[in-house]
Amino acid sequence: MFDSTLHAAASEKPAKWRPVAEESRPVRVLLIALALGGLAVLVVAPLAVVFAEALARGAGQALASLTRPEATSAIRLTLIVAAISVPVNAVFGIAAAWTITKFDFRGKAFLITLIDLPFSISPVVAGLALVLLFGTNSLIGGWLVASGFPIIFALPGIVLASIFVTFPFVARELIPVMIEQGRAEEEAALTLGASGWRTFLTVTLPNIKWALLYGVLLCNARAMGEFGAVAVVSGKIRGQTATMPITIEMLYNEYLSVAAFSLAAVLAALGLLTLALKTVLEWRHADQLAATRRH
Amino acid sequence: MHIEIDEIAKSFGSTTALHPVSLAIPSGALVALLGPSGSGKTTLLRILGGLEFPTSGRVLFDGQDATGLTVQERRAGFVFQSYALFRHMTVFENIAYGLRARPRRSRPNRAEIGRRVTRLLDLIQLPQIGGRFPSQLSGGQRQRVALARALAIEPRMLLLDEPFGALDARVRKELRQGLREIHDSTGLTTVFVTHDQDEAMELADLVVVMSMGRIEQVGRPQDIRARPATPFVREFIDA
Repeated sequence: MFDSTLHAAASEKPAKWRPVAEESRPVRVLLIALALGGLAVLVVAPLAVVFAEALARGAGQALASLTRPEATSAIRLTLIVAAISVPVNAVFGIAAAWTITKFDFRGKAFLITLIDLPFSISPVVAGLALVLLFGTNSLIGGWLVASGFPIIFALPGIVLASIFVTFPFVARELIPVMIEQGRAEEEAALTLGASGWRTFLTVTLPNIKWALLYGVLLCNARAMGEFGAVAVVSGKIRGQTATMPITIEMLYNEYLSVAAFSLAAVLAALGLLTLALKTVLEWRHADQLAATRRH
Repeated sequence: MHIEIDEIAKSFGSTTALHPVSLAIPSGALVALLGPSGSGKTTLLRILGGLEFPTSGRVLFDGQDATGLTVQERRAGFVFQSYALFRHMTVFENIAYGLRARPRRSRPNRAEIGRRVTRLLDLIQLPQIGGRFPSQLSGGQRQRVALARALAIEPRMLLLDEPFGALDARVRKELRQGLREIHDSTGLTTVFVTHDQDEAMELADLVVVMSMGRIEQVGRPQDIRARPATPFVREFIDA
C-alpha cells in the first residue's frame, strides 16, 4: 500500500523527481568550475611556474646548478634531517596516540593540547626557544659546545627543530582512527592469549597502517620543507647547515633564479614523489583498504 | 570449571560500578547475568575475564585464587558485544589467532591449526567461509565466528557480553539454540550478559538478576518467575 502511494506521487510530478542529495545542473557546473579554478590558480599554476623557471635557460643550466656543492650539500642535509625526524615522530606519534586512545588517565585533555602546540606556535618562536635552551650562552648549550657536541648551528639543532614542528602530524592522524576503532579488538587479542607487544604488532598496527602512512607522508613533506624554525637554529651556513628551503631562499635573494628554481623544483618533485608513492600504495591495496574501513 | 566470586567490588574513580557481590557458579553451568544497563553485569563479566581488576574481593577458579591472574593466564573464551573480529584478517586467521599466539613449545603446527579451525567452522555450521573477511559476513555469522575464535584457545570458561544484542529477532532465536548446543557439547562453564529477560529465562540454567551494582536474586528461571525476591526483580521480569 505504501508502495503504491509512493508511485502515485512520483507519476504526478515526474519532472521534479531527482535524488535528494543532488544539486541542480547550474549549481553543479558552478561548483565544479569553482573547484577546478581554485585548483588551477592555487596549486597547478605555482607548481608549473617553478618548473618553467628552473628550465628557463635550458635543462643543462638547471642540472649544472644542481651539481654545485652548495646544492648537493643542501639536498643531502634535507634528506638526512627527514630520515631522522620522520621515524622519530612516527614512533612518538604512535606512542602518544596509543596512550591517549587506549587508556584513561588524568590530564589527557592537557596532553592532547600539548601535542597540538607545534601547530599553534610560530616555527620562528620554536627555533628561538631552541636557541635559548641550547645556544652557546645557555647553561646546557655552553657545556655541550665545550664537550664538542654543539646543537645550535649544527645538525642536531636542525633535527630538533624539524621534529618539534612536525610532531603533531602522525599523532593527529592516528588519534581519530584509533578512537573510532576502540579497544575491543585489542582486548580480544589479549583474551586469546596474545602478549601486549604481539597485540600491537598483529592487531593495532595493521588497523592503523593507512592513517600512519598518511601521517608519515605529511610529516615527511613538512620536515623537508620546513623553513622558519630551521632558519633560526641552523645559522644558514652555506654548504653546511643550509637545508634545501634555506638554500633556495639564499639563491633567490642573490638573483640566481635558475639555481633557486632548480632546487625548488627538486624539492617540489620530492613532495610529488611521496604523493605518487601514496597513490600507488592505495591503488595496490585497494581491496584491503576497503575491507578495513567498512565493518 | 567452578567459579566463585567472593565479595567483589569495583569503582571507577568516584562512581561505584559494583558493590561487594558474591556468587558461586557451578562447573558446567550456563549462567545469565541479567539486568538493565548500568547494573554492573558487564563489569562483573570483564572482571571474570581479567579485562578489569576488582577494587576489592577475590575470584576463585576451582577453589584457587585467580584474582591476580592476567587476562592471558585466565584462558577465558570471551565473546565481545560487537564481536571485535579482527577486520584485517580472514575468518580462518581470526579463529587461528589464539593458537598462533601461543608460545612456540605449546603451539600446534600448521597442519594441526588448519585441522582445528576446520573443525570449529564445522561446529558453527559455516564450513565454507574461512577465506572471507568479517566485513563480508552477516551479523549472525560474525557472532558465530567470534564464538569459534573464543573456543579455539580451548578455554576454561566461556564469557559472552550481550552475544545476541546486535542481531535481529529471528537470527537471535536461532543463535540462542546454537549457543545452548555448543554449551552442552563442550560442557564449558558459560556466563553471558543480557538485558533481555526472555533470553535469560529461556537459555540459562541459572539467572543472576542485577541492578545498580548489586545482585538482586540468583536462581533457576522458573524459581525467579515464581518467587521474585525483590520488587525490582518482579517489575523487571514482568516488563
